[in-house]
Amino acid sequence: MTQDEIRATVLRILGETAPEADLTRLKPDVSFRDQLDIDSMDFLNFVIALDEELDVRIPESDYPKLSTLDACVELLSSWTTVKETS
Amino acid sequence: MAEFVMPTLGADMTVGTLLAWMKKPGDEVKRGEIIAEVDTDKGVIEVEVFNNGIIEKLLIEPGAEVPVGTVLAIIREPGAEVSSATTPSPAEALKPAAVVSPSQLESRVRISPAAKKLATELGVDISRVTGTGSGGRIQRVDIERAAAAKLTDDVVRDAAGERQARMRRTIAAAMARSKREIPHYYLSTTIDMSNAMAWLAEENLKRPVVDRLLYGVLLIKAVALALREVPELNAVWKDEKLNLCPEINVGVAISLRQGGLVAPALLGTDKQNLDELMKNFRDLVKRARAGSLRSSELSEPTITITSLGERGAESVFGIIYPPQVAIVGFGRPMEWPRTMDGQIVLRPAIKATLSADHRVSDGHRGSLFLTAIDRLLQEPGKL
Repeated sequence: MTQDEIRATVLRILGETAPEADLTRLKPDVSFRDQLDIDSMDFLNFVIALDEELDVRIPESDYPKLSTLDACVELLSSWTTVKETS
Repeated sequence: MAEFVMPTLGADMTVGTLLAWMKKPGDEVKRGEIIAEVDTDKGVIEVEVFNNGIIEKLLIEPGAEVPVGTVLAIIREPGAEVSSATTPSPAEALKPAAVVSPSQLESRVRISPAAKKLATELGVDISRVTGTGSGGRIQRVDIERAAAAKLTDDVVRDAAGERQARMRRTIAAAMARSKREIPHYYLSTTIDMSNAMAWLAEENLKRPVVDRLLYGVLLIKAVALALREVPELNAVWKDEKLNLCPEINVGVAISLRQGGLVAPALLGTDKQNLDELMKNFRDLVKRARAGSLRSSELSEPTITITSLGERGAESVFGIIYPPQVAIVGFGRPMEWPRTMDGQIVLRPAIKATLSADHRVSDGHRGSLFLTAIDRLLQEPGKL
């Protein structure tokens, strides 16, 4: 999966998590929890959806690395790459 | 014969609009079964029946707005004979206020009543909407998507704004009544969450993502168990006296995306284990935000928890939701400088507060309750 595909997947899941959000205005380097006003339950649902869509098991200790769109893409890209070469 | 009435889904509700019947005359119903959808200021509610029996007659047509307590249907109890004397004639039945037209109801398009009403409000042509529900059934979310794509932003904003304004008026009325009638007293304590957070981290490490627990579930369970020790806080104030509730149904305040909030109950909270509680809590939040709560969840909370989450203020002192007699508040998790063995150490902590009704309890009992929550959270594995 390319970085663009991962970014598109993350955005789609964010859109499902916060349906009222205008994702076209999302700043990729700013915490989307602050921008979209999502709570801990929303965030858990977001992580569950990532897990199911990308087949990655994200440990709780890595949750802080999922704070921005850019950070999400970077972390998930590294995992999917590892997966493809393992 | 039993009467099925427009339920009171909270002290602030005075009227409701019947959206649809899920049953027809002659159908058998069982206690707890959903037989109608009602639109209220809290959103669309699925209303459960409280009797077993057969639907004898439906008295109200979809679309009609009626006061709480209005008889909506007659249910013939098992073994009872059919009777015409106890049921009003069809002419007496209330007619709808032109919210949903018969032609729309008879449409062959598979669509939920709530989605149909929303489509009418937003002017969405349902024949052009693709449903994402079971069997292609159109749901509210499909209408919302279609409306967003079709209508101008202003139209959508106006429709959502009106519902939000109604909800704010409803909340204001309930809270004003509470402040006017209930002599609140307030307590707070800081709870060391080291054990709870450590246990949770270890527990979640073993679990797949979908089975992980939120710390909020520990708080809910601790409150439920503490209520067993101070039962006068698990009660309602009715007929100028305290009425203890046999079941512990903790209501949880859930903020809605459009603004406002609802506080439905996790029924039988103290009897659920943490896995059940997490699953049901997740489902409750999802349904609250999708506008598909059940009547019992809104009519039977015996206490409410309001939690500001991870990004909120340090503490919150709630206003009691009548006829309940207490509300528990939790602030955001924080670092707490605490003296231990002569050293100042930082501990993860949370501020718990209690707003309670002085007519039924006092500071001593309230304090015991907060202390019990604290004690229970020190042994999270036993929750």
